Amino acid sequence: MLIKRRSFTKGLGLGLAAGALPLLGRTASASDFKAGYIYVGPIGDHGWSYQHDQGRLAADKALGITSTYVEKVPEGADAERVIRELAETGHGIIFTTSFGFMDPTLKVARDYPEVKFEHATGYKRADNLATYNIRFYEARYIQGVIAGRMSKSGVVGYIGSIPIPEVIMGMNAFILGMRSVNPQGRIKQVFINSWYDPGKEADAAKALLDQGADIIAQHTDSPAPLQVAEERGLKGFGQASDMIKFAPNAQLTSAVDFWDGYYTERTKAAMEGTWQSHDVWGGLKSGMLHMAPYLNMPDDVKQMAMAAEADIRDGKLTIFKGPINAQDGSPKVAAGETLDDGAIAGMDWLAEGVEGDLPN
Amino acid sequence: MDSAILVSILLSIVSASTPLLLAATGELVTERSGLLNLGVEGMMLVGSVVGFAVTYSTGSALLGVVAAALGGAAMALVFSFLTLTLLANQVATGLALTIFGIGLAAMMGAGFVGHPVPKLPGLHIPGLSELPVVGPLLFGQDALVYFSFLALFGTTWFLFHTHGGLVLRAVGDSHDAAHAIGYPVIRIRYAAALFGGAMSGLAGAYLSLSYTPMWAEDMTAGRGWIALALVVFATWRPGRLLLGAYLFGGITILQFHVQTLGIGVPAQLVSMLPYLATIVVLCIISTDRGRIRLNAPACLGRPFHAAG
Amino acid sequence: MVRGWPMHLEIVARGERSKLWTYLSPVLAIVLTLVTAAILFLLLGKDPMTALKVMWLDPLLTKRGFAELFVKGAPLVLIAVGLALGFRANVWNIGAEGQFIMGAIFASGVALAFHDVTAWPVWLAMIPAGILGGAFWGAIPAFLKLRFNANEILTSLMLTYVATLILLYLVVGPWKDPEGYGFPQSRMFGDSANSPRVIPGTRIHVGVFAALAVVGIGWFVLSKSLLGFKLKVLGHAPRAAAYAGFSTGQLTWLSLLVGGGLAGLAGMFEVAGPIGQLTPALPTGYGFTAIIVAFLGRLHPVGVLFGGLVLALSYLGGEKAQILLGLPAAVTKINQGILLFYLLACDLFIRYRLRLVVPGRKAA
Repeated sequence: MLIKRRSFTKGLGLGLAAGALPLLGRTASASDFKAGYIYVGPIGDHGWSYQHDQGRLAADKALGITSTYVEKVPEGADAERVIRELAETGHGIIFTTSFGFMDPTLKVARDYPEVKFEHATGYKRADNLATYNIRFYEARYIQGVIAGRMSKSGVVGYIGSIPIPEVIMGMNAFILGMRSVNPQGRIKQVFINSWYDPGKEADAAKALLDQGADIIAQHTDSPAPLQVAEERGLKGFGQASDMIKFAPNAQLTSAVDFWDGYYTERTKAAMEGTWQSHDVWGGLKSGMLHMAPYLNMPDDVKQMAMAAEADIRDGKLTIFKGPINAQDGSPKVAAGETLDDGAIAGMDWLAEGVEGDLPN
Repeated sequence: MDSAILVSILLSIVSASTPLLLAATGELVTERSGLLNLGVEGMMLVGSVVGFAVTYSTGSALLGVVAAALGGAAMALVFSFLTLTLLANQVATGLALTIFGIGLAAMMGAGFVGHPVPKLPGLHIPGLSELPVVGPLLFGQDALVYFSFLALFGTTWFLFHTHGGLVLRAVGDSHDAAHAIGYPVIRIRYAAALFGGAMSGLAGAYLSLSYTPMWAEDMTAGRGWIALALVVFATWRPGRLLLGAYLFGGITILQFHVQTLGIGVPAQLVSMLPYLATIVVLCIISTDRGRIRLNAPACLGRPFHAAG
Repeated sequence: MVRGWPMHLEIVARGERSKLWTYLSPVLAIVLTLVTAAILFLLLGKDPMTALKVMWLDPLLTKRGFAELFVKGAPLVLIAVGLALGFRANVWNIGAEGQFIMGAIFASGVALAFHDVTAWPVWLAMIPAGILGGAFWGAIPAFLKLRFNANEILTSLMLTYVATLILLYLVVGPWKDPEGYGFPQSRMFGDSANSPRVIPGTRIHVGVFAALAVVGIGWFVLSKSLLGFKLKVLGHAPRAAAYAGFSTGQLTWLSLLVGGGLAGLAGMFEVAGPIGQLTPALPTGYGFTAIIVAFLGRLHPVGVLFGGLVLALSYLGGEKAQILLGLPAAVTKINQGILLFYLLACDLFIRYRLRLVVPGRKAA
């Protein structure tokens, strides 16, 4: 899936020679094509926005262009203005990298049919508005498998941000993975009501460990929970990037968001005029999701994790496949039944083994 | 509950409360001199990045902590120059200082994102630190935790048992009278503001060197505002500040434990507890009107210019 | 007075406020900001003239950009006019952010309850709902202050966090869009619940005119009414409430209800206009920024209008600078801070002047 890093001009020359390209409009050469990105957080958050910016830089380097980014864009009324501004100033493709940018992106996309828009994690599309996301839950299943073998207490502490399907499907995938090796495994969860507050993330991690968990999993952005696990000599999983530097003895693995290839490929398509709207939800197989090296675990656990990873990648293992019980033990997904992407994307129930409540 | 868990919970509460106590103690002294600096969040952020950057670059946590205090004080110097020398409005200048601090910290910290530093070392006294319960709590903390108590008791002693403290309070309560007696109102306020800035800087350093030893943009996540509120909560008395900081920190930690109990209350509502509890306790301790009046510095927020 | 200094400048009080400097001081501040910013850009390796043009001029050059100035400024002005009233009366409401959120929540409640009603009264009904929501949230600190003597700085700030959590609870819980795939936001409001757009091709909505109207009303009240006269007296002698014929209770209620109500109105216009649904991303700090706006405007409604527009411009220019110059958000924040410092500091010249002191020579 990853394109080789090569001179774009060369590729374009070949394309033109072959007559394969439709009219390029103003995107005549690599250097004057502009890609725009908007981030909800600062690129210095070392989490969600930081990883997107890493992807942007990789795409720029691969394609020989300089792109524009706007950071800390509020998801409310300001987003529409910033996106419009990018469209207005000659950006050929615009990536809006947070869920809350969905409606503003759609509004602006309607007014600029010649500009290509890409919205991360949303579900509204148009001819010039594609959506893309990562199947983070695949990584969570593997983490669950590891936790099932590594946890002595059989209790994993799970730090959630805000109870949205993304977070819920992650918890459920985790417990399914965990119970595939330890049927008694449990998740205790805490929501900190924020994506990013290192101090609170650390507090939540401590509370969960005090409540009997011996492994920490997190769906928040900072390495703070892993640092707590490191300090207490326990284990945990990283989020968004490889956080091994922060917890050399505690991080078992990490789900790494890897946007590099996607951004390169889509920007290239926009430059060459081959861009088409789509809905991509890429997992391990697509290269958008990487597992950081499996460390701090016995070899047999590592083998097991790698096997699970390979099976998910090859499609041999389907994570949300029945029988799956809901939190109260009632059957939720019948044996032999598989949840489709729609059911996964809107997940609003907790699986058996996850403790705690969801608001409704 | 076994004692190990109790100790662990208490330690979490200490971590959550220390940055609040440090910043609020500094702000309390600043406000006692009659100066209202709402820029605590900005000063804390600068402290957190300076402390981290120096520790990371030199390998010395001590240098880092000192630099953080200086960084916070430098921010306070900007504030003081604007409000004391140029007589700018204190409320607005403080808020502008926070905006400035967010930007400045982000710019200075750009190269330091994604790097760890070793956590501030805890005290270790052979024998004492291993005692059950009291060992880790009393003899196993890091230097900034001890300093937060030292600063609080030092502040209490200074404000109420020294001549300097008396002068500082006099300046806060009636700058005209203090000036008439011959006290250098502006210089005293400068000093009080710098102390406040340095303490905010230390609070920031506690975040980036001990609480979560790393630096990331906006990592204070609103703690400066809570520290400001705590000074009001304390009705400008250091003793109540200790109560306020530990009440807020304690309930912040306990709400996570409440969440794991699964009592059927949504997490968003449980998370309101620290804020609601602070309001309720403030109402209880404020009902005695006379005593509050005596404590609030009468000149708080008012500019001073010596005629002639 | 420090003696024995070399030649230095001394700040001397003027007899009365300088009319000239009332208008000149912002000009001086802007000049100083431009010079400082130019040096900063030079240090960052950007062409200073281009950078200044991008940040401070470009946002105003297109019809849409000019309109955005008002869209961004409207909530700031609405909130700040109310806050200015309170600050004149020494009521320290710093929780306008929470009142803004509550106004938005109440207004959204109306919009969601009638989301299948297509008639325009839905939008009309959201206006009082928004005001009510904000005033309700402002009434709590007023009540606590009068009943329990609880300082409004703390209560109004803490209630902001509570309002944020209520908002989050509603959008992940009871008000979550049933067709929204579980994402934390309400359904989109019906067209009947959106503020009419006034100027085609821009996002100027009725709220912008409401803000202008509130400035007008504020100006009228302050300069033509007895209430305004009393508030002015208060402004000059802060502890003179009793002489002005006010009780603390009246002032507290007035300040927090009006301040809260206007913040709530701003929240209503924000959800009913540019956003069109209730989302957890609603609070972006307008309530805090408006405090600066109130003081930039010297607690006067007309001043507040200018203060709000200057701040709005600094946000817009910051976005421009990120897009066109590749400057990080941090630099735009620093610029914003410097602008505010100068604006606040230059007010010095209204009441004071500088005098050059040369040692050895007797000052006149």
